[in-house]
This record gives sequence, structure tokens and C-alpha cells, in this order.
Amino acid sequence: MSVRVRIPAQLRTLTAGTGELDVEGTTVGEVLKALDAAHGGMADRLFDESGALRRFVNVFVDDEDVRFLDGLATEVRDGQTLSIVPAVAGG
Amino acid sequence: MDYVTGLRCRECARSYPAEALHVCDYCFGPLEVVYDYERLRSELTTGQIAAGPHTIWRYAPLLPVADPAPIDLGAGFTPLVRAERLAAELGLGELWVKNDTANPTGSFKDRVVSVALTKARQLGFKVAACASTGNLANSVAAHAARAGMASVVFIPKDLETAKVVTTAVYGGHVVAVDGTYDDVNRLCAELTSERPDWAFVNVNVRTYYSEGSKTLAFEVAEQLGWQVPDHVVVPVASGSQLVKVAKGFQELYDVGLLPEEPHVRVSGAQAAGCAPVARAFADGADAIRPVRPETIAKSLAIGNPADGWYALQAVRSSGGALAAVTDAEILDGIRLLARTEGIFAETAGGVTIATLAKLAAQGTVRADERVVVYVTGHGLKTVEALVDSTGPSATIAPTLEAFAAAVDIEGATFWGAS
Repeated sequence: MSVRVRIPAQLRTLTAGTGELDVEGTTVGEVLKALDAAHGGMADRLFDESGALRRFVNVFVDDEDVRFLDGLATEVRDGQTLSIVPAVAGG
Repeated sequence: MDYVTGLRCRECARSYPAEALHVCDYCFGPLEVVYDYERLRSELTTGQIAAGPHTIWRYAPLLPVADPAPIDLGAGFTPLVRAERLAAELGLGELWVKNDTANPTGSFKDRVVSVALTKARQLGFKVAACASTGNLANSVAAHAARAGMASVVFIPKDLETAKVVTTAVYGGHVVAVDGTYDDVNRLCAELTSERPDWAFVNVNVRTYYSEGSKTLAFEVAEQLGWQVPDHVVVPVASGSQLVKVAKGFQELYDVGLLPEEPHVRVSGAQAAGCAPVARAFADGADAIRPVRPETIAKSLAIGNPADGWYALQAVRSSGGALAAVTDAEILDGIRLLARTEGIFAETAGGVTIATLAKLAAQGTVRADERVVVYVTGHGLKTVEALVDSTGPSATIAPTLEAFAAAVDIEGATFWGAS
């Protein structure tokens, strides 16, 4: 199960400048964990002490906010796109 | 020369230089401009402000960019109007309307855009961009035209006709997106990673942009003779404006322009069809749950408000409240303000007036308070909301007979003129 993950500029220091990566996993949580395994330091930036997504980290699966889905337990299918987007925008 | 010393993350307090940054690289928290308050305290005076231009730029030392020739259409220093007839209807005492419909493009967004694009130009950006529910698009397109900058604005495709036309007329690019504002916003947040050379005023320049809203507080204090109101009512979309109004009053004290620390109750207004912050307030919750907006108040239709959490904290810590009003109440609010004070507000203003009415009826906004209600956008922008319910009292042939038939001139029923 491989999804395309879009990396925002703020995290590209961890991916040697790459903006898109293919990552394995069956849920959003698994994908992000796999991303951290491949690019150390990622989890620190995405999750707070309790393991939840930080307040200003938004994650979208095919343009749908995972908070409208099942959060980190949201299942992902082969070929879907997962975007990590800073929440600080708008208004 | 400005008084900015750098940027700081509001979440984890990491420091950054005052560059084109908006998000903490570490935790994604919003960055906040840090000023040298000590130097401001010793240098800035009310006399100096009074001698400045009749625009937001009279407060330049408290804004995040110094430029002798800012990108300026004349934003700010809008009327603060004593609203005795509205107060009487609502059972309130000293009530003032901050009439920000009087800005160059008809909304408070001119304040934030003038600041954002002046800073963007200083940072070397050549293209002005934004994600907008309409008012911001108007303002970015107009200010970019004034500055000779290219502009690209992104809007949801279902916006009011007036807001689309009054944006496109300035000659920039207008991109209508098949989705909600939150979809537009996400697209723009992603685009900033791909187009770092574009100044998205409310994304990658947001740190500077949002500071412009502090002038809503500065002006009210100055117009009240360097005093603060007891209670303000502010519309909430992203929440940024409310947070910056609260910050603005406090900052005046921090730089020595107010003799005593202000205690301004800050209340927020939302439409029932998009009330994520008011809902969190009512539930006593800490987290803001995003919603899918469904309201005629399109300029407030942000289902995933970036500053919602901070707005909630500002309301709670000040002893204010949040409330939400229905579409019918919004239209009543527009008509009430127009009928009592001669000010025509857009739907967002209807939300604010209707919320004021609701909070007054609840006793949250009190008759013994000096109250300021912020009306932030002009009614001509959202005429569609009223066309079905507001029109001529009579349509007649151009004859005296037709008029006499339509109106009982002699009687007491002459449309309230008795």
C-alpha cells in the first residue's frame, strides 16, 4: 500500500529538499510513522507529547481534512495523496 | 526605521528573524512580530500619532514595516459613530459603531493588505496573492494595482457577484476554485511551498498582514480620547481580527499610551451556519472542530479557522462571550443597523449586529458598559442577500392618481411618517 505524501517547505530540510515522497502504510498514522522512520525528526515536528497531531498541523487525504475522517486511524488506499499542510493560513 | 526586533513562535517561543516567514519550522505554530516596547515607551507619543496621516499609517511605529511611501489607498481612520438609536432598540447605554465599511474597497481588509503588501514589497516579492472569501480579494487586487504589482487571488467559485466584479476590475488574475474557502485556503497553503516568490498576504506574509488589524483597536482608543471601551463585539472568521483587536488595546498600554492596563471584554460573532469557535465556547471545549460552512455570511465562512483557538482564549480570558446567529437574524441585523443608524453593512455586519442584539438580550453586553461594535464590510458587496426581501414600498405609474391610490396621503398610515 503506497501513498504519495506531499511535504511542505517547512519540513523539506528533513527530506533533502524533496516535496513529494511515496510512503507505505494502511492508515494515516502508519504512513506518518513510516515517513519518520525514513526521515528522522519528522515525528517530533508532527506530533505533540501525547502522540496527537500538533494543533497547527493539518493532514489531508485526497484533499479531505482527516479531522472530518477518522484522524490518524483514517485508512488510506494505494495511489491516494496525503498532504501535510501548516494550519496557519487564511482569514 | 521600525521597532521590530524579530519574530517569535506563539506556541514554542522559538525566535526567527523578521523575514518572509509565517510558520515555526519546528512545530508549525504561528509566528508573531516582536517589537521593542521599551524603546517605543520612551519615544512614541500620542501627539506624534495625532500629527500623522488620517490612515492606519499614523500608527506606523506599531506596525511591522517602516516605509516612507507605503502602498496606501487611504485605509483606516474610519468613523466611530455614536449609535443612540440602535442602543435604544437594544436596551443598551453608550454604544458606538466602528464603521469600517468606509474603507477604500469597503472593508477592514484594506488595513491588513496595506501593511502586508508594503512589507512584501520590502521583502522583494513581485506578485501579490491571497486566499479570499471576497473582501480580501477586493483589497489585494486594488492595492496591487496601485503599487504596480501583479496579483493572483483565489476565491471560492460561489461568491457574491459584486465581490467577484469588484476584484476582477483591477486587472489582476482571479482564480475561482470549485470548493469552499477552506479548500481554497489549503490550496494556497500548498502553493506557497511551490511558489515561494509569491506573497500570499494571508499565508506566507500572514505574520505581518494580521498586525494591520491592531489599528481597529488603536483608532477606537484614539477616537475615544485615549480611552478604551468596556466591551467590544467583533466578527469571527479566521479569528485573527478578534485576537489583534484584543492585542491592540493591550499594546497601547504596553507602550505607555494608556495610563492604566485596559480590561476590555472581547466578544465574538459568528453565523450559525459556520460557528466552530462559538460552538467550542458554548461546549466549554478547548479544541475547535472544523465545520462545513452553510451561511449567507460568506465572508465569515471559514470552517477551519486558523486563529480560532487564540480567539477562544482571548474571549474567555477577557470575560467576553461568543454567540452565533441564523441567516434570518443576519438579515434582520443588516436592516436594524441601516434603519437606526444609516449604515449599510454586508452580511458579516449583520452577523455582528445580530450577535450584539443576542448578547444584549442575554445580559452579557450590559447597559452600563461603553460598547463598541465593529462593522467591517459594506452592504453593497452582498446586496444579493437582500434582494428578495428589500425593495420599493410601491411601484406606480407616474400620475398623482396612481400615487394617491397606493398611498393614503391624508391618513395616518403614510408609511410611518405620521
